[in-house]
Amino acid sequence: MDARRMSRAVPRVRQVGFFTPNTPVQQPRPQSAAPSSESPPLSDSPASNSLSPVMIPPPRHLSDNLGGRTAAVPVPGRENSGELPTVGSYNLSESVLWLDSPPRSRIGDEELSEGAESSLGWYRRSNSAKFASSLPSGGFNLSTVKHPESVAAVEAKNPLPGKSEAQKEQASSSKPLKAKTTKAERRALQESQRAAKAASKAEANKSGTAGGAPSSKPMKQPPLKKDGPPVASSIAASERIGVDRSVEKERKKDLPPPRKQFDDESPGGRAKRRSVLNQPEARNRVELFRHLPPHKNGTQLPYLQSKFFELHEKHPAVYKVGLQYLAGDLSGGNARCIAMLQAFQEAIRDYSTPPEKTLTRDLTSKIGGFVSFLIECRPLSMSMGNAIRFLKSRIARLPLTLSESEAKTTLCSDIDRFINEKIVLADKVILRHAATKIRDGDVLLTYGSSCVVEMILLYAHELGKQFRVVVVDSHPILEGQKLLRRLVVKGLSCIYTQLNAISYVMHEVTRVFLGASSIFSNGTVYSMVGTASVAMVAHAFRVPVLVCCEAYKFHERVQLDSICFNELGDPDAISKVPGRVDVNFLDNLTDKQKENLELLNLKYDATPSDYISVIVTDYGMIPPTSVPVIVREYRKEYLLI
Amino acid sequence: MWWRSASFILDRQQEQNTNLPPNPESLLLSSPPPSMADSLQNPKPDISAYYQTRAAHHAVVTNDWLAQAQAAVSVQTNDDVSSGSDGRVAPTGGGTGGDNKTFSVIDEFNSWRKQPDLAEAVAAIRALAAVIRASQATTMMELEIELKKASDSLKAWDATSISLTAGCDLFMRYVTRTSALEYEDFNSARYRLIERAEKFGEISYKARRIIAMLSQDFIFDGCTILVHGFSRVVLEVLKTAAQNKKNFRVFCTEGRPDRTGLRLSNELAKLDVPVKLLIDSAVAYTMDEVDMVLVGADGVVESGGIINMMGTYQIALVSHSMNKPVYVAAESYKFARLYPLDQKDMGPALRTIDFGVPIPSKVEVEKSARDYTPPQYLTLLFTDLGVLTPSVVSDELIQLYL
Repeated sequence: MDARRMSRAVPRVRQVGFFTPNTPVQQPRPQSAAPSSESPPLSDSPASNSLSPVMIPPPRHLSDNLGGRTAAVPVPGRENSGELPTVGSYNLSESVLWLDSPPRSRIGDEELSEGAESSLGWYRRSNSAKFASSLPSGGFNLSTVKHPESVAAVEAKNPLPGKSEAQKEQASSSKPLKAKTTKAERRALQESQRAAKAASKAEANKSGTAGGAPSSKPMKQPPLKKDGPPVASSIAASERIGVDRSVEKERKKDLPPPRKQFDDESPGGRAKRRSVLNQPEARNRVELFRHLPPHKNGTQLPYLQSKFFELHEKHPAVYKVGLQYLAGDLSGGNARCIAMLQAFQEAIRDYSTPPEKTLTRDLTSKIGGFVSFLIECRPLSMSMGNAIRFLKSRIARLPLTLSESEAKTTLCSDIDRFINEKIVLADKVILRHAATKIRDGDVLLTYGSSCVVEMILLYAHELGKQFRVVVVDSHPILEGQKLLRRLVVKGLSCIYTQLNAISYVMHEVTRVFLGASSIFSNGTVYSMVGTASVAMVAHAFRVPVLVCCEAYKFHERVQLDSICFNELGDPDAISKVPGRVDVNFLDNLTDKQKENLELLNLKYDATPSDYISVIVTDYGMIPPTSVPVIVREYRKEYLLI
Repeated sequence: MWWRSASFILDRQQEQNTNLPPNPESLLLSSPPPSMADSLQNPKPDISAYYQTRAAHHAVVTNDWLAQAQAAVSVQTNDDVSSGSDGRVAPTGGGTGGDNKTFSVIDEFNSWRKQPDLAEAVAAIRALAAVIRASQATTMMELEIELKKASDSLKAWDATSISLTAGCDLFMRYVTRTSALEYEDFNSARYRLIERAEKFGEISYKARRIIAMLSQDFIFDGCTILVHGFSRVVLEVLKTAAQNKKNFRVFCTEGRPDRTGLRLSNELAKLDVPVKLLIDSAVAYTMDEVDMVLVGADGVVESGGIINMMGTYQIALVSHSMNKPVYVAAESYKFARLYPLDQKDMGPALRTIDFGVPIPSKVEVEKSARDYTPPQYLTLLFTDLGVLTPSVVSDELIQLYL
């Protein structure tokens, strides 16, 4: 208990200051060695306290560690706790575990310090993708990248014997990238996964009962990690869990841990532990963007689908939305946000409070679980974060006197209202504002396919304004073609061109209309990649740039570049042309050659506010400098509505 | 040719200002007031009434105008005095307008507008206050609708005047947005409204003094200030600086086509401030001597930019490229919820331009009276809300209107 507390308290102290390149390597060694020399219960704290303030591991590491520890213990409010009531008295089991956990981890530490090097390396490789994904410091803090071990871990891409069957399957099936797997293949995959799962479950149960821990505990561990280590089975069953955890802990210490960005979604770190999806292996990733989670491509879809019935706690509606995100069927900020909210709505409708729990707390944690699942499928957009924040605040504000059904209907109507007011009606207001800026004879340029901009163009057309539209598009998504089709069908006269030709078209353009995924409080517009170049070219040609964006997408964060926060797309999407063998020049590279190739498919970029003339939002037309005013003035109200 | 000298004409004008409407144009506007339907329609919709009035109030007037004015004097003196007193008595008397069946906001507004010292927005505010007083409504809603109608007709009367529109909007906002209204009976609520309207009028009227006080910190001894056109706020600022015994010198642009700069230079010469007159095209030539540019504004728009007399934009561009600060003195009632993206993005405010020689009909003449200066070329705005950066304008507007 004491040790726990201490280790919990220490990170806060250590968060301040710099850390030298070598500390992450050196630091864990003495720490893990400590238990053998000192009295066990206090072992952790002195070691960590003795650290000089300079040797500060980045915060993410610590919070991860924290999360890791607590995650293994069934704490109320945790996502998995829904299953717990079956295990007799809830409080009892908790307290038992609480007391149990520290010694175990110490055992693990000892184990490791003695001779777990090999198994450690093994673990690391089996989870290499996870490593890579948890390496924001790699991109940012070049010093940590130099760390030889981490680089080795990241570069370890050859599949290892210990790799789970499912993962191997993934690796093999990931070759024909977005090519659809046949039904038979999928079936086979499912079959094999199920088998692996059953085996691992049996094993887990065995170890769980032998260790005297509540049987529900092993369930907590994501099955994925479980089927991995055959080495673990050789370890005494009673120590297994402890080792498992401590290995992970050790690994985290050992690696230059991902630096927790101030802007990281808080569940992100913890979500890693209960991740449902296989993390794709990191290969050919550009150094500067290593900190971003790698793209999860559609090949994981069958895998996830196969797990449909295992993830009880995920509501089917949420699951469906997650799969849609993953498959790329749902794109566009508003569409994604609405789909998510509606899925939550459905989940809330089907929700019933478990006994001995309060709706407010349990539902919040449940939503948190959904959200972390969705994050795994695809990183959330800022607007979705805002919507989730709204929903959570609504749940937290529910009066305690409300009955469950009342509370549920209130929440559902709140969600409806949010969708209606913040998205649907907001769009209508934006239409009306933006249409005043379209005159006869204008040539309007738009980039990609923004639903608001499309509505504006159609609305202005309905008003009988005479104008032409230039649709600028870019690989690999080519969303603009969809927009183009809809516009041409409606009878607008359009010009279609690629982003490369933008400087040639720009001189005859009179207005540029852009959509946005989010707008930060320094006026930076975060939008589909390429938007910044469009805005810059327009600025150079002195063409006014209008950004159309609903106010619920405003975010109080400040961002200066598109590096520290972004989303990676499928790297193969830019290296291959589907169905064209003759132009797939990058296809037949050997593995050795591929090592020299880094592919970067960014999804978003940040447009500095200097290039934006006006932001058209549901509160009217405002200069980019007024975004913080809107955020400040309406955030409260909007969390209150 | 002594009678053609500016000061002579000006003195004459000053003399006459009190007892005759300065411009035949505005006479024309205000002379046919009897029927309400008539006055609702701006008689010359293609010419900006706002800029006509400005020209009338501030321009150095030409000789033929003097002759016209002379001729008009005998007819107009009585009329004007009566209308002036009418306008002045009505608000203070309180409710005297009520008996007048054919009460018209626009007449009211025009009568207020004739005072050269009264800004258009303040005139509009006073006219709207008179509407409340004259109103025979019995419920709050009725009154509000009436007020709305009046302000709409005012706005429609001269769509080119930004401060008129902004003044009306602000009044509606300020007056009707009071929580006290819901709890009182109609009469006391109405008095409260009138009270607020009066207070608002007072605030607006005093705005110029506040701005003059605030801007004193920016005028330092030995500085050279470039001003463009005639602005009452700018004059007030400079006057206060001169009274504070600051040593500064002023460059006045000529302010074509109505040559409002001449008027300003005259006013300043009276204050013993060293003044130099420039033709409008000499701005870049003299810019290296200039320490700051001080301009007024017809309207301050939501982007933080200003709409002002033609030529402001180019002065701002020149001073921006030479790293000279551009200060704008503008009262907060000129803040308008407009967002021009470029110069042509506003409704045109046209005015007649006299080139002195006949222009062939094939030659087109740019008649726009104003231009838009984007916020990135402005340094600070001196307003009665304080000294603001351009980006704060939008903040203020958001807080006012949303």
